[in-house]
Amino acid sequence: MTPLLHSVLIGFLLVNVFLVTAAAGLWFERKWAARMQSRVGPNMVGYAGVLQPVADVVKLLQKEDILPENADWWLFQIAPPLAVFCSLGGLAVLPITPTEVSVGLDVGVLYLLAIGAVTVLSVFAGGWATNNKFALLGGMRAVAQSVSYEVPMVLTAMVPVVIAGSMNVSKIVEWQVSHHWLVGLSPMTVLGLPAFVIFMMASLAEANRIPFDIPEAESELVGGITTEYTGMKFALFYVAEYVHTLVSSAVAASLFLGGWDGPGAPGFHWFFGKTLFLFGFIYTARWTWLRFRSDQLMRLCWTWLVPTSLVLLAATAVWVVKVG
Amino acid sequence: MQTTPVTVSRRVDPHLKVDQYDPEGELMLLHFGPQHPSTHGVFRMDLYLDGEIIVKAVPHVGYLHRAVEKLCEKLTYVQSTPIVDKNDYVAPMTNEQALVMSFEKLLNLEVPRRARYLRTIYAELQRIASHLVWLGTFSADLGGTLGGGASVLLWCLRERELILDLFEDVTGARFHYNTHTIGGLRHDITPGWVDRVKQAMDKIEPRLDEYNELSFHNRIFQERTRGVGTLAADLALDLGITGPILRACGVDHDLRRDAPFHAYDEVKVNVITAKGGDCLARSQVRVAEMRESVRLVRQLIDAVPEGGINAGKPVKLPIQYKIPANQAYVGIETPRGELGTYVIAAGEASPYRLKIRSPSLHALSAIPYILPGETVSDAVAILGSLDPIMGEVDR
Repeated sequence: MTPLLHSVLIGFLLVNVFLVTAAAGLWFERKWAARMQSRVGPNMVGYAGVLQPVADVVKLLQKEDILPENADWWLFQIAPPLAVFCSLGGLAVLPITPTEVSVGLDVGVLYLLAIGAVTVLSVFAGGWATNNKFALLGGMRAVAQSVSYEVPMVLTAMVPVVIAGSMNVSKIVEWQVSHHWLVGLSPMTVLGLPAFVIFMMASLAEANRIPFDIPEAESELVGGITTEYTGMKFALFYVAEYVHTLVSSAVAASLFLGGWDGPGAPGFHWFFGKTLFLFGFIYTARWTWLRFRSDQLMRLCWTWLVPTSLVLLAATAVWVVKVG
Repeated sequence: MQTTPVTVSRRVDPHLKVDQYDPEGELMLLHFGPQHPSTHGVFRMDLYLDGEIIVKAVPHVGYLHRAVEKLCEKLTYVQSTPIVDKNDYVAPMTNEQALVMSFEKLLNLEVPRRARYLRTIYAELQRIASHLVWLGTFSADLGGTLGGGASVLLWCLRERELILDLFEDVTGARFHYNTHTIGGLRHDITPGWVDRVKQAMDKIEPRLDEYNELSFHNRIFQERTRGVGTLAADLALDLGITGPILRACGVDHDLRRDAPFHAYDEVKVNVITAKGGDCLARSQVRVAEMRESVRLVRQLIDAVPEGGINAGKPVKLPIQYKIPANQAYVGIETPRGELGTYVIAAGEASPYRLKIRSPSLHALSAIPYILPGETVSDAVAILGSLDPIMGEVDR
């Protein structure tokens, strides 16, 4: 098998697995949220409502495709697929097992951060193109939030990079296998845990999840950027959001929780187990917390997260030189 | 014409026309509502925005106008009770009470003590139910209908359900009860109802502690409400604002104690006030009021006297009254403040004119004063903390 074919095959599998997992995650989230709110949740379509995501998609397919008046046609069309594309893009460099990785990029972490940052373009394009003031406000907030949270995200992602001495995600995971996980039962956790927490917060902010979901704060901005989108275009934004959350969880699991490493079961079991654990945590947070105001969010970022991650990065560098 | 430049930190005079401080037309006009998830019905605000900051806010009401007052002029005195039920659709009991009490005042009817006690209990139960809806919707405004706010909303509705069940037991209706008649009540309580009320209170009270923790010990809740939408006590009094919003400004005013109606003269009502006049103070007052209502219900439910529930003879069909020419005003303390009914009778079977003073309308009149200078996110929080019910505002 040629390397190219191998890459394509792994990539194809991974994209499909993540899309299906996102749909299953949708069902799981609704059931989980229902449990938290003393409700039943979806229980009509299929056993315990497992086919609810399918029913949702079928419903959305039948919706009228509306192009708002004075909308920017080109941007309006390109934004939803771009959102899905960018959120799935991160999968390319994630190792699911010691050998299975779609593209073993040597600048993998840089690529992950870059493709994650491009997501905001689709959000802003959607907000701008629809010619709706609520959507515009949402897009504006998205840009402000993304620009702010990129900084602590990049800084904390540098912590595993500095420790492992490589930007290749596979190398970072291998370093964790041969030494310790960055978050685990080792002295490394002192550096790893704060970096992990800040990285997760920044990921939440980038994936627009509560408590950082101000770009689409539906109680304030109706639907935020998706206000004017209908049918499958709306569904694409929706899917992108879920996939983005899932991929962010996978990235955090790889960078900080040892990726595919774990006793007993094969590598991909551990990889998906860790990813889904973080995914579930994000959704528990979503149905528990209220939403910050945008200026409070920026203040949190610039007065706490950025200085803390700078200190963390400096401490990591010192640790690598003195100890490692 | 003198123009002043827009500055973000400064609150502009709400009485100025918008082009007096925005001659270039640089502000973005955002039509907030009437179809918007957080306007509590069909309320519209024209927000003039400088980025995210509101420079001027113009409220527009009237989208839910159903001519209730005019309908009451055409219907007979007895027929109008179910109509006003739909005014404040979160606290329907209190609407009926304000209406029938004004008719009773015109007729000089003495309501039996048992009926007065039951009315008091209904009013307090309704206050708990109404404040629970408020807490839920307010949290949804803060935290999203697809987030933590929705969890609080559903928990609150779970407790409210207990109270609606109690009302259903007595009146047969869960919402628009039509149980008050001129001179008393239409339905007597069912056997075992007293025990069920006690059980419901026992269930609700610990949950109130939970909500207290959930809201006031929650960092995000505090950040979102403290210092937001501060209303000065003078302004609140000028605008005729009553109820929890006024008490949150530190004004010790409650009709239940200051002008007792029903059986409030036989119990001691602790009036809850808070300082600050911001969203946090309003929340604190409402949550504490629920606790106080639980206490009042517990105290009253054991003291319900025996006797008739209607001043007239018990009849199957409601009596038709012809009220001689006279006029009367009755104001009662509802969950939202002073709900008044002013009625002019002209010797006919229906009133000549009926005017309803709704507390929510007065609460909304604070919007042009307290919104400028805040952000769009805060606009939602402030509107939620004012707890307007559009059915009552527009009537």
